[in-house]
Amino acid sequence: MAGQEQKSSQSRDENEDVDPGTPAPAPAAPQASEATEGVDDLLDEIDGVLESNAEEFVRGFVQKGGQ
Amino acid sequence: MPSTEHGPEGLPAGGALRVMGSETEYGIHAPATPGANATYLSSQVIAAYAKLTRERLHASPGAGWDYTDETPLRDARGWSVRRNQAHPDLLTDLEPVLTAEGVALAHGPAELELDGDQEPALMNLVLGNGARLYVDHAHPEYSSPEVTNPLDAVLWDSAGDAVVLTAVRALSSDSERGPINLYKNNTDGKGASYGSHENYLVPRAVPFTDLVRGLTPFFVTRQLVCGAGRVGLGQDGRTPGYQVSQRADFFEAEVGLETTMRRPIINTRDEPHAVADKYRRLHVIVGDANCSHVANYLKFGTTALVLSLVEAGAAPEIEVHEPVGAMHRLSHDTALRETVRLLDGRRLTGLEVQWLYLEAAAKLAADAGVAAEHGGDGHTATVLRLWERALTDLETDQDAASGYIEWMAKQRVLEGYRARDGLAWNDARLGLIDIQWSDVRPERGLAYRLISKGSLERLVDDRDIARAAIDPPSDTRAWFRGKSIQRFPANVASASWDSVVFSPPGSYRLQRVPTREPLRGTRALTEPLFEGHKDIQGFLDALLGEHQT
Repeated sequence: MAGQEQKSSQSRDENEDVDPGTPAPAPAAPQASEATEGVDDLLDEIDGVLESNAEEFVRGFVQKGGQ
Repeated sequence: MPSTEHGPEGLPAGGALRVMGSETEYGIHAPATPGANATYLSSQVIAAYAKLTRERLHASPGAGWDYTDETPLRDARGWSVRRNQAHPDLLTDLEPVLTAEGVALAHGPAELELDGDQEPALMNLVLGNGARLYVDHAHPEYSSPEVTNPLDAVLWDSAGDAVVLTAVRALSSDSERGPINLYKNNTDGKGASYGSHENYLVPRAVPFTDLVRGLTPFFVTRQLVCGAGRVGLGQDGRTPGYQVSQRADFFEAEVGLETTMRRPIINTRDEPHAVADKYRRLHVIVGDANCSHVANYLKFGTTALVLSLVEAGAAPEIEVHEPVGAMHRLSHDTALRETVRLLDGRRLTGLEVQWLYLEAAAKLAADAGVAAEHGGDGHTATVLRLWERALTDLETDQDAASGYIEWMAKQRVLEGYRARDGLAWNDARLGLIDIQWSDVRPERGLAYRLISKGSLERLVDDRDIARAAIDPPSDTRAWFRGKSIQRFPANVASASWDSVVFSPPGSYRLQRVPTREPLRGTRALTEPLFEGHKDIQGFLDALLGEHQT
């Protein structure tokens, strides 16, 4: 994400850190394709239930503040 | 610590058992009537549920809220805010009144006429499962009954989603009004935020300063495990991007009494709803509302463990420099590289801070004899195991983490859309996915779709959730409250966390039964009373004679 500080970290497994916005590298090829297929399935499913006019819906979703 | 030691509450100490509960304010949206008054719409949700309850129980739902013991202006640091200096939002001990004038101003005469033959706008209900359903500011809010462990917290929190879904269904079948939809989220993405709170019972003997010191680094970092994810950065969401937490950007102070403005990481509202000399109710306002069962479970379970650490004086001795800013930065860093600076000069990633807490909690629980899978307290082992799995997966296997860490599950869907359709972060479709993620209707809510597909891990099944929407937990005073309402719906005048007020037949005098000990009034203690006395008078005679609750 833009503007974030990049500092060296002592993450337990630094090699596994990934850039934001890119899918995590999967350890083995078969698993990777399964994961991709899984996401494609999800998107197909979600396509079918998303509210039709995204622009209008998001604009109309206005809330009052609460606790 | 010997394994037989019990906390002051009567539950085994050192682990994840504790009296706790949740509060969820739902986002509310009436697509057919844009600009409708949100307080009015919220009251319609409560009224719809009251009507259904009445039909089911063949009696008036009757039980309003008993405000006698509400003290929202008492501060845990030892003082009270003067009423005339308090912001009106803090005056939660007054029954909000929706006047005809207010409704008319919002809707014009047509809406009043439409409502003319219906019940007055209902603002407050106590349910047969021991929960409270009411209008808080401009949102319907479900406050779960008191439970004793994180799995029950998830169950009775999910029951709230089932309760409000029932109301949504009833309202959608009313063709004149148009649907009212509800969302289990915390922001509209335009600058407004509404809460999802947790409550934990803590012995009053624990100094509040210990709670602040022990909890702050944990609350700054726990979003990485239980954040719900949000499209847009900043309170108004105007900066394009994706972040870990729905709520983080709305926190502006370290410690304070307010909950609707200048929100503090540690909230000091000191309203114990119990024997005030013995307990405080820690009111946690930093959390996101969770649709993921595991994220929700870890939110309650890990916080309960950390409270045990604070009680035992065993919390990690770390202090985060400028915790508010640190919380925002961690939320904005989905790569999990961001570090927080400690006052001792060290820099740790958010996950490293979480590891410190996990390791301390595991040690304390083992020492207390509550951590074993078999022979422990039945819950702590699972919390520790799932917490460790979450931290490990977040570091090394983000694909696995996307199966139960809510912000990563949402991110996987959003990134899928971005990759497939080339969408920028400010594309309205991504904003829509963020909101629709938490629609309480299982056919619409994307999180629910993922749970039913098995893409988001499930911890409690729908049958148990449905039962929890009707019945109270058996091991707290919620049992007495819920069963009283179920059994004598016409004779419970009102109720609150620490009282049930009965209206005996043929008498103008109300009988207020205090329930100030959260672990009394349980099924074990009061079922014989309910079984032995089917009529209200006999029940009250036996109850007040025996002082059973």
